[in-house]
Amino acid sequence: MSKVIEGIKYADSHEWVKVEGNIGIVGISDYAQHSLGDIVYVDLPSEGDEISKGEEFGAVESVKAASDLYSPVSGTIIEINSALEDQPELINQDAYENWIIKVELADPSELDSLLDAAAYENICE
Amino acid sequence: MKYYDKLIFEISRSGRVGYSLPKNWSTDNGQQSTDKPDGSLSIVNCQLSIPKVLLRETPAELPEVSELDVVRHYTNVSNKNFGVETGFYPLGSCTMKYNPKINEEIAHHPAFSGLHPLQNEESVQGALAIYYHTARALSELTGLADFTLTPFAGAHGELTGLMVMRQYHLLRGDTKRTRVIVPNSAHGTNPASAAVCGLEIVEVKSTANGTVDTNDLKGLLDDTIAGIMMTNPNTLGIYETQVVEIAQLVHDAGGLLYYDGANLNPMLGASRPGDMGFDIMHINLHKTFSTPHGGGGPGSGPVGVAAHLVDCLPNPRVTFADGKYRIENGKWKIESSHPDGNCQFGNSCGRVAAFMGNFGVVMKAYTYILSLGKDIKHVGPIATLNANYVKESLRDAYYLPVDTVCKHEFVFDGLADKSTGVTTLDIAKRLLDYGYHAPTIYFPLLFHQSIMIEPTETESKETLDDFIDIMHRVAEEALSDPEMVKSAPHTTPVRRLDETTAAKNPLLKYRDLL
Amino acid sequence: MNKYIPHTPDDIRQMLDKIGVNSIDDLFADIPESVRLQKEYDLPEAISEEEIRAYFKALGEQNQQQVIFAGGGAYDHYTPSAIDALLSRSEFLTAYTPYQPEISQGTLQYIFEYQSHICELTGMDCTNASMYDGATATVEAIFMAVAQAKKKNRVLVSATINPTLVSIINTYAKYKGINVDIIPEVNGHTDRIAMQTMLAEGDVAGVLVGSPNHYGIIEDYTGFADDIHAAKALMIMHCDPSSLAVLKTPAAWGADIACGDGQSLGIPLSFGGPYVGFLACKKELVRKLPGRIVGATKDVDGKRAFVLTLQAREQHIRREKANSNICSNQSLMALHITIYLALMGKQGLREVNEQSYGAAHYLHDELVKTELFTPAYPNTPFLKEFALRTTLPVKALQSHLAKHGFMAGIALGDYREGMDDCILFCATEKRTKQQIDELVKLIKEAKL
Repeated sequence: MSKVIEGIKYADSHEWVKVEGNIGIVGISDYAQHSLGDIVYVDLPSEGDEISKGEEFGAVESVKAASDLYSPVSGTIIEINSALEDQPELINQDAYENWIIKVELADPSELDSLLDAAAYENICE
Repeated sequence: MKYYDKLIFEISRSGRVGYSLPKNWSTDNGQQSTDKPDGSLSIVNCQLSIPKVLLRETPAELPEVSELDVVRHYTNVSNKNFGVETGFYPLGSCTMKYNPKINEEIAHHPAFSGLHPLQNEESVQGALAIYYHTARALSELTGLADFTLTPFAGAHGELTGLMVMRQYHLLRGDTKRTRVIVPNSAHGTNPASAAVCGLEIVEVKSTANGTVDTNDLKGLLDDTIAGIMMTNPNTLGIYETQVVEIAQLVHDAGGLLYYDGANLNPMLGASRPGDMGFDIMHINLHKTFSTPHGGGGPGSGPVGVAAHLVDCLPNPRVTFADGKYRIENGKWKIESSHPDGNCQFGNSCGRVAAFMGNFGVVMKAYTYILSLGKDIKHVGPIATLNANYVKESLRDAYYLPVDTVCKHEFVFDGLADKSTGVTTLDIAKRLLDYGYHAPTIYFPLLFHQSIMIEPTETESKETLDDFIDIMHRVAEEALSDPEMVKSAPHTTPVRRLDETTAAKNPLLKYRDLL
Repeated sequence: MNKYIPHTPDDIRQMLDKIGVNSIDDLFADIPESVRLQKEYDLPEAISEEEIRAYFKALGEQNQQQVIFAGGGAYDHYTPSAIDALLSRSEFLTAYTPYQPEISQGTLQYIFEYQSHICELTGMDCTNASMYDGATATVEAIFMAVAQAKKKNRVLVSATINPTLVSIINTYAKYKGINVDIIPEVNGHTDRIAMQTMLAEGDVAGVLVGSPNHYGIIEDYTGFADDIHAAKALMIMHCDPSSLAVLKTPAAWGADIACGDGQSLGIPLSFGGPYVGFLACKKELVRKLPGRIVGATKDVDGKRAFVLTLQAREQHIRREKANSNICSNQSLMALHITIYLALMGKQGLREVNEQSYGAAHYLHDELVKTELFTPAYPNTPFLKEFALRTTLPVKALQSHLAKHGFMAGIALGDYREGMDDCILFCATEKRTKQQIDELVKLIKEAKL
């Protein structure tokens, strides 16, 4: 059974975003890491890249699958989780602790269109 | 037999050599004179007189081994492999038929292997004749007007064929047609080739038995569609009976039909893509026309087109007139008037290979066509008979998701009884213990536990019966001793591999191991 | 039925019974009548092996074996005898792509050895399991650069690159939507100043240069990598792998990607194929490398073993998002050059270059001595290939020499404007002094 945690927002493409001030912290859900299996590589974007909601910003790879990452929010990437470069398996260990990018939000109202925990749990069933 | 695990670098000893070169041109700074016994050759100074900045600083660490070292090493390495001549190789969609020996003999003929690809036409008439007549034979077998033999492989042919498709529309000024329809059951190469060709992919749904959903197709057709890519029989080995209607629909909408020749084998003697309404196709000579797969190449992917697309084929072309074979548009100039490098290819889609493709592979396929002649018509029917025989013999133990007559191949969705959790992967690995190559697994993606079996026409009833017995035995073992099946293979040179670590920390060369 | 179809009438009967149909035709009843094959193929009757041998022997007699004094991307080097013997082992020849690693360690191991050799020659960190040929490998190198640059899609190609290769790049670029611009040449060399200007115009993802270039010239690329990297573009170097035993490696020049054709590593000319392409890169680019890649790992018992790895890049997983549509490699030909490099080894490959150098420079000097030829690019260093201008009519000279069994170079006028009086000659270690002297004598005596 995959874990869904309260207090953060989800996209139906299985990314989550946690808001701290005007920063959105983005990762993938436990359901997503579980479906992929052992993650062997995270293709990270560059700091400073501008992204818009729904745009592809990277990918997560397992041995026999690859899943593109779509940003749940628009803004500027201010930080990437470089620990994932050497230890992609961190996402398997805890998908919510191990975020992928931090985005300075361009339009916080976009968050309203994302799913809450209950709604996301429904689509994972 | 003892397991051989050395790399060539690990048997290297400084000072050993495995070659001999004539001393036509001395390598010892030209100081010494060692004329040959016949006195005809004298020695010329050949110390490299090249500025140091252009030279390599440290030598490449290539192995230093004797000829016997090399021969024994690669013989031992080959013993860790499994080929069609080792045993039955029912790898679905790959048509692992027997590769006749005469093909190899002919392809090694010195009158062909020594030809430089840029020799003058007069001096390569025999080679051009082979090229030309192979294309004619492929036209006859497929019902298409002409073929290029230059593409190197199936995927390369596919890309070339899509270039032809785009070029046709571009020549007509129909620039809006930048989308191509691909069935959602298609192999990943189809959408990948389309993307490389700058086409956007539109997926058409499949019906429950894997055929194209014509209702869905109707809704997708408009003036932005360049064409559709299909195989027939499709990925489940089922003939698309609505092919005539599909061709009509796509043509009426201004699109072209592309035939992926991966599944052509059962159509020999049965039905021709050109007659079905296809405009463009590629053929995998290494599947249908018996050339060996070589561990993943060299293959050959000729592309055939209907008459209205002949001008769009890539250069060079081989033509025949007045008793002479010619290479048309074999050369392309860099002109100072086109410094931007724009294509100046006329109606042709361009050029996809430096020379004439994998000519040696074409020779093998042509030898096969000549060996069978008109009798090639038996290939499809017997391949189909074999596939249906295996299907009907195993459907008690394996789950058959689409119950209909198949052509050259068919797909099971895992075991009929999945209660012990034995998967398709486990079955595949257990077959290796019994001396069989595994079928194609986890493709097509329409089912979770796909096992795709293609026996080909060259396998006898006895071989199939033995395989059927073993498949039954594995199904029984899956129930009686599931843990043993899940940990298979047990008797192969190596057992299951750690693929996760391999992908996480890639070690891609000998130096990475040191 | 025939020697490739073992079915007896009795076999067929029993199999039809099992299937539950009356005839093989019944298995094709689903094919609409209108598209069912109704005729005999218009092909000859089946023929025997003896007839096949005779047929190809007769065709072979319509070819002329020439003494090759030409290159242009296909080089007449020596092929050691052991290679064919090993390549014809059916375990190598008749296997498919190594999908089942437990019974494909033979293929996987030699690809690992091949990758090691290519990295050793080019100085690069990684390479794939091989490409179709040098041209398609170069196209893929350009795709890699464009993929790496993300939003830039312009590439610069030196005018000193083989024009046939440029035409192939243009073909792919046209459909993929990549802009190709040609960097002009000065005295047979890539014009660095012009390149700097073009880089400054922006949008450049990659720059392609050649070593040796189309004229056989070994260009000095000092400073090129700095210029290219300053523009955040990748440097791609097309090279002759045989020459890398002695010439500066692409890695040492600062290139990010190396590519080319492995034919020069002892693959017979074979009228243009099968050859094999190679594509190698710095490790930062490994995820952009197309095609199969083999990596080392262990099996469950801890035995060293090899496996296809980094597969999530590939078309069967990424579909339309893959960087390339390539599926297989050119495996058997990769084995060909792997065995070649083992046999020739460190010393042999160097000797091939030295002897080719000796032959080519002797040919060059003897031709210039006739006073019918002058160097097209005086005082430029070359290994085995070089361009000369001649006062003789090029085409007439070549066909005259062809009649005497010599392939006397490549007419550069077929490929380049303003070079109708130029011939690109080549001599490898296989050419003897006797052959060269005879060629020169024929040229001197030619009445054209």
